[in-house]
Amino acid sequence: MVLLGINNLINNLPFLFEGLGVTILLTLISVALATLFGILLAMGRCYGRQPLPFIIYIYEKVFRGLPLLVIFFLIYFGLSQQGIHLKAFYAAVIGLVLHSTAYQIQIFRSAISAVPDGQKTAAMSLGMSKLKTIYYIITPQVLRFSIPGWSNEFTILLKDSSIAFSIGVVELMARGDAINSMNPEGILYVLLFIAFLYFILVFSINRGLNYLEKRYRISGYAATSVR
Amino acid sequence: MQSLPQILEGVPVTLLLTFFSISVGFCIGLLLALGRVYGKKAISYGCIVYLEIFRGTPLLVQLFIIYYGLPAVGIIFSPIIAALIGLSLNSAAYQAEYLRGSIQAIPSSQMIAGRTLGMTRLQSIRTVILPQALRISIPAWSNELIYLLKYTSIVVYIQVRDLTFQAKDIASHSSRYLETFLVVALIYLLFTFVFSEIVDRVEKHVRIPGIGLTQTVAKRNA
Amino acid sequence: MHMLEVKEIHKSYGSCEVLKGISFTVDKDETKVIIGTSGTGKSTLLKCINQIDPPDKGEVWLDGEELTNLSTDMNRIRQKIGFVFQDFNLFNHLTALQNVSIGLEKVKKIEKEKAKARAFDELKNVGLEKQAGQYPAQLSGGQKQRVGIARALAMDPVIILFDEPTSALDPELIGDVLDVMKSLAGKVAMLIVTHEMGFARNVADEIIFMEGGNIIESGSPEKMFNNANKERTREFLGRISCLYGKE
Repeated sequence: MVLLGINNLINNLPFLFEGLGVTILLTLISVALATLFGILLAMGRCYGRQPLPFIIYIYEKVFRGLPLLVIFFLIYFGLSQQGIHLKAFYAAVIGLVLHSTAYQIQIFRSAISAVPDGQKTAAMSLGMSKLKTIYYIITPQVLRFSIPGWSNEFTILLKDSSIAFSIGVVELMARGDAINSMNPEGILYVLLFIAFLYFILVFSINRGLNYLEKRYRISGYAATSVR
Repeated sequence: MQSLPQILEGVPVTLLLTFFSISVGFCIGLLLALGRVYGKKAISYGCIVYLEIFRGTPLLVQLFIIYYGLPAVGIIFSPIIAALIGLSLNSAAYQAEYLRGSIQAIPSSQMIAGRTLGMTRLQSIRTVILPQALRISIPAWSNELIYLLKYTSIVVYIQVRDLTFQAKDIASHSSRYLETFLVVALIYLLFTFVFSEIVDRVEKHVRIPGIGLTQTVAKRNA
Repeated sequence: MHMLEVKEIHKSYGSCEVLKGISFTVDKDETKVIIGTSGTGKSTLLKCINQIDPPDKGEVWLDGEELTNLSTDMNRIRQKIGFVFQDFNLFNHLTALQNVSIGLEKVKKIEKEKAKARAFDELKNVGLEKQAGQYPAQLSGGQKQRVGIARALAMDPVIILFDEPTSALDPELIGDVLDVMKSLAGKVAMLIVTHEMGFARNVADEIIFMEGGNIIESGSPEKMFNNANKERTREFLGRISCLYGKE
């Protein structure tokens, strides 16, 4: 039984690693886009003129309240019913970005509000325009503050990417599901191996970003407790 | 619209999964958090391993292992039981992290003050630390409740007949994905609003004046 | 024509009128000190001058330009008005040197090397060349405030506004900051809100006493301390001299 399972696992290794590649690609593209939109919309929510902050607020509320699975189904099957046929991979990217952006807005927004008001006043007193103030003074501090929350969201997105198998993206989880339906004997070992791969990825992301946070920490200035 | 009754059939299942798992997850999570903060080295280490594993892998993989994987070693669960176990164990890990943060946010002087009154360590934890820590963990806990509600949707992949399962069933028969899932989306949204509203009320009700209004944001200039 | 002219400034927050028609002038290289009890709008007045918090009514003129006119480019004007804050407001993510040079580099568009050299000179003038590479959180309050002054000076302002520059400092650190300010007297115009009466008496060309959003009285230190016209002025200065000592 154990041998059979391990055999099954070894035979499927190349198949699984292909899936791992898709998972990594899906995660990296989505996290990059969601971060970009997250920062921009957080700025919009903090510095924009009404009704922009209100619209962003509604967006946050809605997409933080919807299961990713439902978002995927709406984008992939729902749009397809309307004649918009997206490739599963792109549908997954859109879904993950819509979902994660809603969370990242919050991360960057609380980092923005952790920068004392005096920083802005001081910059303006030197004659900096609003844009320069945001670019040279606010953003460098916000980025540092947001690393812990952001790295958490990064790993959540990685784990969430497994749900993309529901619309047929052939990532790691989908490979596991496929092996399960072809050869359910000893699937336990295949699944444990998949879990192990995810674990290694999450672990490395956490460690890497932890290092980054320490490296860029401003000496003596607490960059803590921003969720 | 005639499929609405079938969709609603899934609602009790979704709610059962959410409330059962959040409660059991809370009990296990509290033990994990206490074990991690106050436990002897071996216990603390054991808790960390649990947390790292359950937070380091996707819930979907965990559910697959429990439902499809464990039968290989002779452990067989029905879909709903597998889902309850998976969601509870997973949520426990996340709740433990929130609770640990809250416990550690209580100044250590509180424990010292308890001990100088002659309380034991356990008594101080129960009567001094936890009443404060639990209150300040409510906002994070409310997030976890919403997360859990949303993530119950993926139990369709281990054959649990929840809200999303019913919707998927209807949609695949009628090819009306858009309408069906918009209705489902509205139902989930309704629940998230109601849940966060209730938790909000509770938080305001149990709030200690002057404490926990603002999670300490990054230290100012000095 | 005066260098800085403040005419009939009014400012309210909600229903609370903080400034009720303030007028005064500052000439080139003149030092004026504003005194008064806390909460009488002294800090608000400074923020009204550089339009960080524009007044509701009234005019502010600097070198013949009306700052209260909305079409005036304040980003250009503010380079000429230094500002030193009570709680320093150094940029937390920049070293002392970068704090001083960033305005030169990004606002005045001075080449990086030159800006750094100039910034270093300014730090040297306030006695902090050794701390150039340190971050604000690693400096003492007095050092932070001297960096704040260096940051303002680097922009070659025609006037510097000081908002209670020593109020947040431990008593033994106040001296260093006051010495730096004293050394500037006569070289650049200064408008200083402070409770340091000894400093006001020795350095100011004129003292302005404010209360309840109005200027009660102004005049030379000699007149204000020894024969003020208004009873209220004598009372205030008598009380504060008891607290802070004669000199």
